[in-house]
Amino acid sequence: MSALYERAQRMRSTLWALVLPPTIWAAHFLFCYVLAAIYCAKAGALAPLAAVRAGIGLATAVALAGVLAAGYVAWAKSRIPGAPPPHDDSTDEDRARFLATATLLLAALSFVAIVFTALPALVIEDCR
Amino acid sequence: MRAPALPDQDDPGVRAAQEARLRQVWAPPRGIFLRWTDVNNTAVGVWYTLTAVGMLVFAGCLALVVRAQLAFPGNDLVSASTFNQLFTLHGTVMMFLFAVPIFEAVSILLLPQLLGARDLPFPRLSAFGYWSFVIGGVFVAGSIFFDAAPDAGWFMYPPLTTEPALTGIGADIWMLGLSFIEVAAIAAAIELIVGVLKCRPPGMRLNLMPLYAWYVLVVAVMILFAFPPLIAGDVLFELERMLDWPFFDASRGGDPLLWQHLFWIFGHPEVYIIFLPSVALFAMIVPTFARRHLIGYPWIVLAAVGTGFLSFGLWVHHMFTTGLPSISLGFFSAASEAVAIPTAVQIFVFIATLWAGRVVWATPMLYGAGALAIFVVGGLTGVMVAVAPFDWQAHDTYFVVAHLHYVLIGGAVLPLFAGLYYYWPMVTGKKLSDRLGRAAFWLIFVGFNVAFFPMHISGLGGMPRRVFTYPEGIGLDLPNLVSSIGAFVLALGIAVVLVDLAMSPRRARGSRNPWAAGTLEWLARPDEHWGVRSVPLVESRYPLWDQPGFVERHDEGRFLLPDAEEGKRELLISSVLDAKPLLVGRIGGPTVKPMLAAVTLGGVFIFTTFHLWIPAVMSAALALAAILWWLWTETSIVPEKPMKHVGHGVMLPLHSSGPVSPGWWAMVITMTADATALASLVFGYFFYWTVHPEFPPAAAPGLEGPGRFWPMTALVLFALGWAATIAARETNALERVGSARACLVLAAAATVAAGLAVLAGPSSSGLDPTVHVYPAIVWVLAIWIAAHAAIGVVMQVYVLARSAAGRLTPVYDGDLRNVAVYMHFVAFGAALTLALIAFFPERAR
Repeated sequence: MSALYERAQRMRSTLWALVLPPTIWAAHFLFCYVLAAIYCAKAGALAPLAAVRAGIGLATAVALAGVLAAGYVAWAKSRIPGAPPPHDDSTDEDRARFLATATLLLAALSFVAIVFTALPALVIEDCR
Repeated sequence: MRAPALPDQDDPGVRAAQEARLRQVWAPPRGIFLRWTDVNNTAVGVWYTLTAVGMLVFAGCLALVVRAQLAFPGNDLVSASTFNQLFTLHGTVMMFLFAVPIFEAVSILLLPQLLGARDLPFPRLSAFGYWSFVIGGVFVAGSIFFDAAPDAGWFMYPPLTTEPALTGIGADIWMLGLSFIEVAAIAAAIELIVGVLKCRPPGMRLNLMPLYAWYVLVVAVMILFAFPPLIAGDVLFELERMLDWPFFDASRGGDPLLWQHLFWIFGHPEVYIIFLPSVALFAMIVPTFARRHLIGYPWIVLAAVGTGFLSFGLWVHHMFTTGLPSISLGFFSAASEAVAIPTAVQIFVFIATLWAGRVVWATPMLYGAGALAIFVVGGLTGVMVAVAPFDWQAHDTYFVVAHLHYVLIGGAVLPLFAGLYYYWPMVTGKKLSDRLGRAAFWLIFVGFNVAFFPMHISGLGGMPRRVFTYPEGIGLDLPNLVSSIGAFVLALGIAVVLVDLAMSPRRARGSRNPWAAGTLEWLARPDEHWGVRSVPLVESRYPLWDQPGFVERHDEGRFLLPDAEEGKRELLISSVLDAKPLLVGRIGGPTVKPMLAAVTLGGVFIFTTFHLWIPAVMSAALALAAILWWLWTETSIVPEKPMKHVGHGVMLPLHSSGPVSPGWWAMVITMTADATALASLVFGYFFYWTVHPEFPPAAAPGLEGPGRFWPMTALVLFALGWAATIAARETNALERVGSARACLVLAAAATVAAGLAVLAGPSSSGLDPTVHVYPAIVWVLAIWIAAHAAIGVVMQVYVLARSAAGRLTPVYDGDLRNVAVYMHFVAFGAALTLALIAFFPERAR
């Protein structure tokens, strides 16, 4: 665990890491929408959604795992040891901490948004 | 690399000489005509802002006529037809000609100052965007004086609008005029993204960037992904109107819902494209008047980035009543609720900052607080209409009209007025009147609520939007009369603001930083055009508060680049994450070429509207010539020396190509937008496949697919053209100039052949685009790819000519590297599209 933590802390921080969690949300959202839309367009208005719901469940598990991983890395990186807060200076550490904190927050938002997206699949049973 | 130290800045004589040189280099052109050739952000930004405010006033006047007509039941002030033009133009002008341009305008004006930069990296592109906006804007807005305005609502739903007999010329004016302006919006987005990422002063790492810059970055990226789908939709729309290609005609396999998808994939992010930059102004104003740093900087970044993403998952909530499966509605309803989270986060951050600070209730704060109150009401009704069953009741009623005006006026217009009162002294050196400003605020705030709150009630009472009148005695009389009275009170408030602005030239100059703000833009001096005297070294988010002697050191030129000894306009180009200075970028001065390019390109769109094909083609040729002339004479100029000392012992190169240079970034960003447009057309192809049980339709004359031979031949030729371009780039870098030129000739020949082969597919199989939507969408995809091949050939021949003329060398090879980037995207797009039309769906063959 601590080896994992240290490895996460050493990862390079970039702007791409910042947008990774919401990109996972976008991919998950698009997958759910496209899957349901194509299925319902091809299978008819009364078709049951069992297969689609299973697909959405699987996609949701994968997406949440991805967001959690991104969030974990960001959390580890936001805890780089160093000067006391506030971390508002023009230093390498503070810039890395800032990116990590913002990524962690975005991961939290993306987690909630992915759960939101998956909820309709729990209650809607067919293509009506 | 170390170099001799700065000339002694303690010597006032040295400083005065530097200032004289800077002043001369950045001097605006003078004279009645020549002054319009200015490209500096301080000039273009002001013109842009004033023009956009003019559009606000114009569209507001249209709204007053609308409200006057609706004040009484059965009123006949205007005819139904005029009324349709009025509300369509009101919405269109407000959204396309005020809300988006004002973001670009304010950002062009403020961003360089916020970043301590002398200008944005592509000032001539800003000027081009501005002139495009003026031409397109006057064309669209002026149409109402000829009874030719668009009249089908600001979202132009087909199939009624695609029938020329029903709509007249108005729909063409809308499509072509706005397409032109959308191009300007994308140009501004490119400029602003590169500005934020590459033009920051040393020390301003990502974590110290002013929040306005964060918002600008997010919004500009959103424009890249939101506007191209609309441009793609416009292309389909005009092809249907002009050439009868049935994209939205259900009787020939088309589907009007595709337009709704493409429009709202643009239209919903658009709301946030309008809202976020206005909130960004608030993020600059709140800390100044709370007299403290903003609390929760990363939370604002979360809010901006999170909103930017989630806003792309909302578009179907405008289509809840189109009969889509409930599970689809559920996804979009969920995302619509989720977007409330980041939106609320930023509001709480502002409240927390105000709470923790010692608030000065200056006029800008008053507008800001009023904006928050109104926006929160609009946000709450937004959460209501995001619930599909509620929306089924409220859809297309005045409830929605009330909701959207609460969101847009609270979320955009009032924060902009806050910004107007806040930043006016930065631009003009004079404060606006507090007395008039406060009086105007209360008129606007009260008038707004009196006008729009009753619309919730009339909407729930069943009043549909866009009706030109209503019968007496069904409970709508009173709310409508009250709304109309409120609208005129609101207009009176705006008039007071305009009076305040008009009185400004007669007022005396005030102090330089009247609000005692802490951010870099207050280094500006309205009488100087150089932006910053020297490019500062930044160590804090509020350097004017936190760095002792900061303003004096800046004014005495003790930071970087305090001089213009070569007589060129220069700015620092820095690295993306940490703002390490990489390069001195040279930018252009006053020139008429961007204006010429805008005028000739505008001619293409305007002549096409009136089906004047020959003038349109001539105008297109002139536009191409103007752009090439601009590029040839003004860009990629080989500097007179490789390096330059910028002060403090820092030597920087004067040139770079590839990922260090702003031009390379601009090309990548442009092509991202271009790829999004292609993706929208591909989405259309798949969309038709999902809605038809059999797609492509059974073989019949005019419906045979493009086959596989020609698409695959084209694919091979594209690959050859791409590889030869890369080979030219590499051999040129190895100083084998002859081989590079030979590769470019081969690349151009292959790309020409590729373009022709793409068109040969549908042409040889006799696909008739007017018979059915399948041939039409295949033709559009083929023409899109062929047009990109044509542009690629122009670029390849251009760099060949540059090489022959000695303007492109093994070291100064930026143009060639940028063409290679273009070819990456084109080859990828061609591969995707050609494989799609040749192999999908399998049953077609």
